[in-house]
Amino acid sequence: MPYIPLEEHLPGITGLLEYRKDTAAPIRELTQFLLRGPSSLTEGERELIATIVSHRNECRFCTAAHTAAADILLEEEETSARVKQDIATAPVSDKMKALLTIAALVQQGGKYVTPESIEKAKDLGATDIEIHDTVLIAALFCLYNRYVDGLSTVAPTDPGFYKGLGERLKNHGYNRLPQGYDHLKKKA
Amino acid sequence: MPHIDFKNDLPGIRSALAYSPETAAPLGVLAEILLRSDEGLTRAERELIATYVSYLNDCFYCHHSHGEIACIYLDGDREIIDQVRNDFSTADISEKLKGLLRIAGKVQQSGKAVTTDDVVHAKNSGATDKDIHDTVLIAAAFCMFNRYVDGLATTTPKDMSSYPLRAKQVAEKGYGNHIYTEKQPA
Repeated sequence: MPYIPLEEHLPGITGLLEYRKDTAAPIRELTQFLLRGPSSLTEGERELIATIVSHRNECRFCTAAHTAAADILLEEEETSARVKQDIATAPVSDKMKALLTIAALVQQGGKYVTPESIEKAKDLGATDIEIHDTVLIAALFCLYNRYVDGLSTVAPTDPGFYKGLGERLKNHGYNRLPQGYDHLKKKA
Repeated sequence: MPHIDFKNDLPGIRSALAYSPETAAPLGVLAEILLRSDEGLTRAERELIATYVSYLNDCFYCHHSHGEIACIYLDGDREIIDQVRNDFSTADISEKLKGLLRIAGKVQQSGKAVTTDDVVHAKNSGATDKDIHDTVLIAAAFCMFNRYVDGLATTTPKDMSSYPLRAKQVAEKGYGNHIYTEKQPA
């Protein structure tokens, strides 16, 4: 049960973003730009960064949500599963492996990112902007995962919930729905 | 040396903000609301939480930057900042803030580390739901800011006399784009 009163029909992060809309606005804007804005990384690749960080932070809600979003964007479920299992052998490009490795280091702490890990990514073709965005996406999910679990929000156990959420993230991104979330009440 | 070419010589997070203005804008708005809202927690309490989490994350730039901003809001009382860092349970602060710092310290480790007992203790010491929300989000936000600053190896000013100057700038004009667009205080 959440530590503060949140709307029951909005589990996970959504209830928190509706609880304090003034802080939610810049968090949503930042996420929309990083995960859906113009980038040489695909939306699927950026969702994989969110997924690996959430997975390493053991945040059930965020891991399931971003796995679902990545799977829908990549149109298959193998890549996200194998990235979570072992980055080195996952079916992604070598550049993407290096960026996911940097993200996993950021998850441990900023100081864990070594010049060697950066050099490797650059040698494999990663640009400064891609490295910047990878570090900031990983750092942002260290915020999200702590926000979601630190206030003990509910993580639904029904896989269908995350499939629906993944669809919403694909179709609407991270902006607040114009009509709000009251329409979800009946389904809850 | 920074991990990427920021194309500027600004200190700490300011170099990353100037490099990526599209992400700097919402980051500035978030910091402004979380750290300078006067509702519930005071500005000094908010900055003390930011300082404590940055200290635990061993982020020198953020730790000293926010420590100096807190110091201004505390009318120059540096002693409280040292006490919070060393052992907040014996610091000269309210029981409520001690309860909230206990939660912030847990968030720094992991969201899952926060227990019902931590929250009940804070509530019994006078913390409202909104205080608890803001504490968790400030702590979580600094787990982001600290990683952004150190994960890109931004430049950490060695000259400690520069920290109070930047702190004064933030205390007077708040967070926002001006901290990297305007001339750096000297």
